[in-house]
Amino acid sequence: MTAPAAHARFRFAVIVFPGSNCDVDAHRALGEVLGQDVEYVRHDAGDLDGYDAVILPGGFSYGDALRAGAIAALSPVMAAVERFASAGGPVLGICNGFQILCEAGLLPGALHRNRDLKFRCHDVFVRVEAGRTPFTWGIEPGTVLRMPIAHGEGCYTAPPEVLEELERRGQVVFRYVDAAGRRGGDANPNGSAHDIAGICNEAGNVVGLMPHPERCVERLIGGEDGRRVLGAAVRWLAARRELVTGGR
Amino acid sequence: MSRQFTAHVRVTLKPGVVDPQGRAVLGALQALGFAGVADVRVGKWIAVTLTAESEDAARGAVDAMCRRLLANPVLEDYRFELTAGAGERP
Repeated sequence: MTAPAAHARFRFAVIVFPGSNCDVDAHRALGEVLGQDVEYVRHDAGDLDGYDAVILPGGFSYGDALRAGAIAALSPVMAAVERFASAGGPVLGICNGFQILCEAGLLPGALHRNRDLKFRCHDVFVRVEAGRTPFTWGIEPGTVLRMPIAHGEGCYTAPPEVLEELERRGQVVFRYVDAAGRRGGDANPNGSAHDIAGICNEAGNVVGLMPHPERCVERLIGGEDGRRVLGAAVRWLAARRELVTGGR
Repeated sequence: MSRQFTAHVRVTLKPGVVDPQGRAVLGALQALGFAGVADVRVGKWIAVTLTAESEDAARGAVDAMCRRLLANPVLEDYRFELTAGAGERP
């Protein structure tokens, strides 16, 4: 499949929950920086008709009441996200969005309190492990990306058999590494099992990650690697459209 | 006729799930001089007041609440006691 399509334009939905606080960053990254059509969609919306991709942004939905993401996972819009996802639509959950996807059962496992209790707010390196998802499309596995994290509950946890299954099916999408791409040492900021920073569902179209790609899309604000993750979705959507329409 | 009940729900981390809060509290207790403290686990206690037709119905409803929302089955276990009437105290 050929890429890219600097001119390809798609419709992105950024879901806004009470307490989302990275919705504007996501909107700006996709709209102003990547030139896509972006709209905010409220947590009580009933459908996602007409959108090509859905972003669940970071923040502290419902003030993290009970557990991070637990209340937001029951929002009316999540039924629409589930339908959108089961029809194969690309869905990306960033930070709190990842927590919401896990709480909603769209991704396996859970995000537990960071191992050392610290709220971790700094850049990390992650290695792309799976290039088949819409959000890593065209990024060579093994590629190391630098992105910021900002979370207190990002310790990915799942039963051993689930972890084994994630590994076997290639559902680990991003892993914490050092700048050279090596695991171990202090690379893992929160104690996540298997150094997991992001995973996808079995089909690969639903992706969740703790780092914030929307916060590093311009050199001026410290990095551009996040642009590759969000831009991958644009390439993936363009490739899908070409498959469906035969390029017309 | 429906009656009022209060469920006292206890949500705890599954055995084997590392408890960073518990570890921090353990360290603080030891720093206070409580040398005999060997372990601390932190959990949640949730009081749910509800009306139901019977104790069995109340029990079934609370169990469903725990499974659907109050506990995350990946990390947590739950149990609860039911008392008649409203009130925070078990």
